[in-house]
Parts: sequence; C-alpha cells; structure tokens
Amino acid sequence: MDKPYNNKAWFLVIPVFLLVALSAIIPIMTVINYSFQDTFGNNQFFWAGTEWFQDVLHSDRFWNALGRNLVFSMIILSIEIPLGIAIALTMPKKGIWVPVCLVLMALPLLIPWNVVGTIWQIFGRADIGLLGHTIEQLGFEYNYASNVFDAWVTIILMDVWHWTSLVVLLCYAGLVSIPEAYYQAAKIDGASRWSVFRYIQLPKIRGVLIIAFLLRFMDSFMIYTEPFVLTGGGPGNSTTFMSIDLVKQAIGQFDLGPAAAMSLVYQLIVLTICYVFFTVMSNVGVDKPDARVED
Amino acid sequence: MLELKNVSKKVGRDLHIDDVTMTLEKGSVNILLGPTLSGKTSLMRLMAGLDRPTSGEIVMNGTNVVGMPVQKRNVAMVYQQFINYPAMTVYENIASPMRVAGVDGATIDRRVREAADLMKLSPYLDRTPLNLSGGQQQRTALARALVKDAELVLLDEPLANLDYKLREELRVELPKIFAETGAIFVYATTEPQEALLLGGRTATLSQGRVTQFDRTIDVYNSPSDLLTAQTFSDPPMNILPVTKTGADFVFDASRIEVPAAIAGLGDGDYKIGVRPHHMSLHQPQGKSMKLDCTISTTEITGSESFIHLQSRGVHMVALMHGVHRVEIGDAISAYLDQENLFVFDRNENLVFAPGLNGQG
Amino acid sequence: MASITLDKLAHSYLPNPQTDADFALKELDYKWEDGGAYALLGPSGCGKTTLLNIISGLLVPSKGHIRFDGQDVTHLQPEERNIAQVFQFPVIYDTMTVRQNLAFPLLNRHVPQDEITRRVNDMIEVLDLADKADRRARGLTADEKQKISLGRGLVRYDVNAILFDEPLTVIDPHMKWQLRTKLKDLHRQLGHTMIYVTHDQTEALTFADRVVVMYEGEVVQIGTPEELFNEPAHTFVGYFIGSPGMNVIPCEISGKTARVGDIQIGLSGGYAVTGAKTELGIRPEFVSLSSDSSGHPVQIEAVENIGRFKIVRASLQGHAINALLKENEEVPADPTLSFEAGRINVYENSHLVRPGA
Repeated sequence: MDKPYNNKAWFLVIPVFLLVALSAIIPIMTVINYSFQDTFGNNQFFWAGTEWFQDVLHSDRFWNALGRNLVFSMIILSIEIPLGIAIALTMPKKGIWVPVCLVLMALPLLIPWNVVGTIWQIFGRADIGLLGHTIEQLGFEYNYASNVFDAWVTIILMDVWHWTSLVVLLCYAGLVSIPEAYYQAAKIDGASRWSVFRYIQLPKIRGVLIIAFLLRFMDSFMIYTEPFVLTGGGPGNSTTFMSIDLVKQAIGQFDLGPAAAMSLVYQLIVLTICYVFFTVMSNVGVDKPDARVED
Repeated sequence: MLELKNVSKKVGRDLHIDDVTMTLEKGSVNILLGPTLSGKTSLMRLMAGLDRPTSGEIVMNGTNVVGMPVQKRNVAMVYQQFINYPAMTVYENIASPMRVAGVDGATIDRRVREAADLMKLSPYLDRTPLNLSGGQQQRTALARALVKDAELVLLDEPLANLDYKLREELRVELPKIFAETGAIFVYATTEPQEALLLGGRTATLSQGRVTQFDRTIDVYNSPSDLLTAQTFSDPPMNILPVTKTGADFVFDASRIEVPAAIAGLGDGDYKIGVRPHHMSLHQPQGKSMKLDCTISTTEITGSESFIHLQSRGVHMVALMHGVHRVEIGDAISAYLDQENLFVFDRNENLVFAPGLNGQG
Repeated sequence: MASITLDKLAHSYLPNPQTDADFALKELDYKWEDGGAYALLGPSGCGKTTLLNIISGLLVPSKGHIRFDGQDVTHLQPEERNIAQVFQFPVIYDTMTVRQNLAFPLLNRHVPQDEITRRVNDMIEVLDLADKADRRARGLTADEKQKISLGRGLVRYDVNAILFDEPLTVIDPHMKWQLRTKLKDLHRQLGHTMIYVTHDQTEALTFADRVVVMYEGEVVQIGTPEELFNEPAHTFVGYFIGSPGMNVIPCEISGKTARVGDIQIGLSGGYAVTGAKTELGIRPEFVSLSSDSSGHPVQIEAVENIGRFKIVRASLQGHAINALLKENEEVPADPTLSFEAGRINVYENSHLVRPGA
C-alpha cells in the first residue's frame, strides 16, 4: 500500500532500532568477529580465517552434542504436542471451570527455568526427593546423577511438566474460536469424535499449532538450564547439549574463537530448521485461493 | 466543491479506478451506483484521502488535496458495518468528533440533542451501542457523521446490513436529513431504487469507470449506454439483440415496429432494451412484440413478482404487480411494449429512450 | 422425508414462565406436510430461531411436543433426528475436496462405496460444481461453499427435513437470486421437506409454498404468499409484507361504514361492533388518487419516484396514508382519495375480522 505521506514515522522506530542494535546486532557482530580470529588474551587478535569453522565441523564433540539436541527436541515435540492437544480438547469451553483450568495450566509457565531445575533436582533425589524415593521404594533403580537413562528421563519430564501448558493454552485458544455451527453440522452429518477432530478441530487449530511447534522446537533445541542445574551435563557427557558445550568452551576453556564459530553454526541450524518447518507446515493442504479482486 | 480530475488508482496490476472526472457541488447528494467490486469503495477512499490516487488530481474548494492526510480534510464517513465505540453511550458516541475538535460543552450538548432528535435516537442516549438494534446503531453512526459538520460526508452502503423494513424507513428519512446540512454527500449503493429515492445526482460505476454522471432521474430515463442502463435497473434491463429490416426490429420470428421518432435509422444490428416492469404476460393495448418464452423461475417480493423467462437463449425478467404463481417450465407469451423501448446501437450507445420524446 | 407436527408447542428461556410475555415462543399448533417448502418469516427477535432450534433438536421446548411422522422426537438429540441444516455462514470441511465433503455424511453412515460414488456424482451435477469437484473446499467462494453445505444434506435421500437458517446472509447480492432459484429447483426435483428461516420477505415468499409469519413470539399468520398479500391476518403482516406496507388507519365501525375523522368509508360487508380497537387496512396498491369530487379530500406530503412507480405520501384526516401512482401518472390537481371497497380489511385489536352475514 502507498500510505507514507511523510517520513515522520521513521523517528518512532529509532528507539526500537537502538535497542535491537544494542541487544542483538552488536553482539552478533562481535561473535562473527571472534569466529574468524584467534586470541591469547590482552585483547590481541590474529586472523584465523575459517579455521575454527573447520575445527567445529570436524569435531566429534560438536556432532555428538548436535545429535543429543536433535534427539531431545524430537522426543519433546512428540510428547508435548499430542499431549497439549489432548489436554486442550478435554478442557471445558464455557462455565465456571474455564478460569480455574486456565490458571492451573498457566502456573508452570510462571516458574523460572532455574527454579524448575532445582525443584526437580530435589524432587528426583532418592534420599530426600518424593519422586526419587517413591521410585526406589517401588523397587526400581533410579539415580539421575549416575544413570544416563534416568538423567534423560528426568530432564524430559521437567521440560514436559514446564512447557506442555504453553501448547495447551495455544491450542485451547484455537479451539474456542471454532463457531458452534461447525460442531452442529458435524453432528448432523453423523461424524464420529475422531472425524470431528480430524476434519474440523485440527484444520482450525493448524495456525496456532505451527506456532506452538516452532516455539517448542526452538526452546527445546536451546535447552540449557535444566541439564545444567540437574547434572551439569553429566553423567559423563550424556546430557551435554550444544548450549552447555558452548558455555564450557567459551567460559570454561575461554576458547572464544571456536565457541563463536560454534554458536554461529548453532544459530544457522536453528534458523534453517525453523524455516523448513514453517514452510512445510504452512503449505500442507493449502490450495492457492482464487485470485479475486477486492473492492 | 470537490473536483476529481482524471483520477486513476492502480493496485498492483489491477486498475481499481479508471480515469474518473467528476465535480461534486456544495450541498449536493451524489450517488455512486454499481454492483459490488465496481469501485465504489475505492472511489470513496480516494475522496476521503485514505488512499492516494495513482494519477490525477483531487481538488477541494480550489486546493489540490492529494497527499493531505485524512485527519486534516474534515471528512466524515459511515460504513456498511455499524461502527461505534462499544464502551461509550450513544450520547458520547455522537459527541466524540466534537470532543476531539475541542468544541465547548454547551454546543456539544445542543448539537448532540439536535442530531439525536433528527435520527429518532433521543430515548436511547444513555444506552451503549450493544444494547441497540442494528438500525439504531447505524443511526448513531450517521448522527456522529452529521454533527461533525464535515464538508464531505461519505456513506458506503450504510443501509445494506439493515432489515429491509428499516431500510425502507431510513431511505425516506435520509434525503430530508441531507437537505438540512450543507455538506457534500456521497452515497454508495448497489440498489437502483435507493438511488431513485435519494434523488440528487447519480454516477453509475462499472469496473472502476464512471459510465454516466447526471441528475439521477435523467440517468434513469436516458442512460447513455447499455452498461449504464444495466447498472441502473434492478433486476437488470432485458436486452434483445435485433436486426432492423425496413420498418421493423426483428428477433427470430418476432418483430416490432420501430418507434416513429427513429424511423429513419439505418438497417442493421441493434439491441433493444425493456425494463422488467414494462414486460408483460398480457398483450398490451398498443404496438408490441410477442415472444415465446418458457418460465425458468419466479420470485415474489410481497407486492410484486419477478418472472424469469427464457426465449431462445436470452434470459429475461418480467415484473408483475401482485402475487403471481406460474408453473416453472411452462410455455408462455411475453410482450414488449413499443412505447417503452430503449434502443442501443452496435457499440451499445443509446439511440433512443422512451423518456426522450415523452414527459422526461 | 417426513411431516412435522408441532403439538401445543411453547418455549420460554425463563425457568418459571408466568405470563404470556415470558414466552419467547407462544403456544403453537401446526402440521408441516411431508415434502412442503415452508418459510419462517419475521424481524429479528420474533422467535423464529427459537422455533428452528426446537425442530432441529438444539433446544427442548418448555411445553408441548414435536413429532416427525407421528413419532415423538421432543427429547431426541439433533443427530438422532435425521435432519440436515444449512447455517448462516457456510460450514465446510476445509481440508477436504468438494467431493469428499459431499461424501462425508454417507461415509459416516456406512453407505456402500459404489452407492456413495453414484450419489455424490449426482449431487455434484445437480449443484453445478462439476468443474470444482476435486478442488479443496477452502478456496471456493461463499456461494459455492453454501452449495456444498446444502449438498451434504441433500445427498442423504432419507433426511426427514432440511432446515435453513438465513442461508443467504453472506452471499453477494447478485448471486442471491441464482442460489434462491437453485434451492427452489432442488425442492421441486427432490421433494424434501424444507424449512427456511429468514427476515427477508422476498426470500421467504419466493422459496415457500406456505409462509409462517412471526411477530413477538407469536405466529400471526400461516398462509400462501397470495393470502399474506390479500388478506393479512394481522396488521403486522400487512406492514411487513409488501413495499410500501399496508396502510393501517384507526377508525370507528358501524355496520357497513367506517368513520375516519369526518369522513365515511363504505365497506363491502357489515361488521358487528365490539368496542375493541378497530382499524382499517388497505394496501397502497388499492388506494387511488383523482380529482373526482366523490373521493375523500387529502393533503399530499411528498411524492417519491422510484422508477417503476411513484409513492405518494399523504395525510387523510391527520393519518398518514400511502398511495401508488404509475410511473407516467402525475398527482392530479385538487386530489381526492378513493378506496377499492373489496380490498379494505378490518382489524380488531390488530387481528383481522371478517364481515358478518
């Protein structure tokens, strides 16, 4: 549309621009700068070319961490999305229970990451934790600090407990916006409960589902606090995800160059996967609408 | 006075408004008549200054206002949807443009009450719009537009979303209200009847082009071309392709004598038009053309019936007074009255209209 | 297909309705014949949607029963009533093609596949959707979508009734009459019992063989379009049907004459005086203007030319009255009014009364 009669509007954008510059653009420039140089302290830098990138892409450590991330995200998505939809479907659409359900659902979202980590760290301990103790009493070996499987299960449980609510709330918002007439029509057509879900509810919540999917993917792909608080990436390297590895490298070993290169590769992967997801999911089952002139 | 000079508007590759030139006088009622998507709303948005024309000038009282933001133009607009502030009372809704303009309280109160009186809203001033009927909501929006004392009031199908009985009542009230203020009114509608009831001047629109702009009754009586005639007729004017041979127009096996006033017309192909209410299922007194038709459907509005007919691939509508039930699929004879014949030439320009030599 | 009997049906949204005014739908007895085309006509808030919801099963009436072919269905769920409904906004299954949409109700009812294919193909033909049959329904225009929602009902040959709830609301004006024609055509071809709810007189009168006019929760008249025009049973019907509506003028009746102010109007028959509020009703079509001195003197307020005729707004003894003129007629000098005696209806407390013997 051709609206701009004057350019005053640009002035209004300046504060946001400055903020974004400070919080995103400048740090990214710095990271890019680091990724091509080497330093031995004293603010002395040497040109390193693409050496760090080659190092990163050839290191097993990187590929292992990436693999863990992908497996983790896949597990998280395959649990939280169906579970979220299922819970949203069972929530009441009107009546006094609606606000109660919504508040209950929103509660986990209000708790900060590190607190969630600490809660579960204690909750899962076999000596003083309710969960850990109960499992031990039932006769199962359970120790997240030494057993790889237990550590993974605990972290996945933490994430599911913390974030399924987000999927629930998004889906719920999509579901309540479906006009009653659709359900009536489906009843009249003799549709089964599954058909109603498959042909009315699912298509109508597709938009919010894409958003839920992307948010949960990005968030789970960048997981840091939970494994950090719980086991610090262990046992061994079993829960050392890319973010944890990155921090180890940048702050623990102070290898700024490789860490910068790795974080850029990391970001590129996130962007690419999101882009692919978004394009694929937005285009599934969509016909090009008729080109109609709007008055 | 608002002048549009060769105004065009392109969006992408689509030409929404095609070279429109028209002059709207102060204190006049101007009707934009055309089907949906004919460009009525686009044209209004250009007049209001909500959109900028791709080319051409819009001149308000001698100043070119292209590029001037809508806030500075003293324009009021009423839409098809009832747009009011839901949290304000009717009183505050009507008062809102004056509050923005900083008019003093006493004047606001006086003008709000005047407008409410005019719109028959006085009993509802303390209610919020959601507690009003559609008609009352739209009257609130109209009152708000009127108190603004705008130079230009744009109404975009303001009655389209109302029950038809209410529409009937407001259509009668509106011209009186328009007459009392001195603004330029522009009123978009899809309904020829509404245009006729409002009077004033009518511009017929088709695909972004103004096909004719003249006194409403003149446009109705002598449309300059076939397109205008079609636009200004509901249901559309019946059109028959005919050949003039000698003293007759011939359509297949049917013929009718050419009206005396245009007896000197050269032989060849023409189109004759007859409004639905001039088409009859009974043989009229004067000269007429008899057509063999089959009935494809009937519609009943209450006091009138539309009978849709097919005659050798041509679809026609006859409008009859009263309620008529005829069997769909029946063969029937329909008659075109010579006295009410419009004649268009090969290029669809008007050759002859019945009003031209009559009382017009 | 079935006949639908409304047996002393009434509904109130209040838990303990006391007076008549508490009822959104006042007591009603009627039988809708099998295969008929009916319309429920009235302004918003007249109770027509309440009645429709009772028929479709979304609402259980406070009083009375509803029967399909004699079988009591008052407490049955919508899906158990075997009806179809077309809503104000087209309801389609976005992700399915047109063909799949039409097949859906049959699939759910486990109709054999070859039967489904045959019926769906028939329906696509009937609805003129052949060129779009394998397109996804999402991208279609509003009128095409509405045809699909109608088709999903029609494809089930055994539906008891098809209900329409203002189905043309979102349809472009120039498409409306085509769809209306299509509906009528389908009714003739397939013979379903159809009930059409609308506030638009043209839609109701065009579609229906019999029109049920509702006003403030009450059915004020059930009749053919001709009956509604010629003999409105209630002053509201006279006003609502026809454009402009019927003139209603307060009067006093004695025998075969009605007095309006200073003038006497002859009636076609004699009426018994009851002392109730009496009014004359006459359609503008039957009011004529002339300079004949035998008519009643009248003041002309305004003349509106609407093309095919002119509406003359006049005042008769202080009462507003409309008359019609043909398009080429002018208001005569010193105009007087006269009425076609046989066309005058008399109303007592707004209800039509017929002349006594």
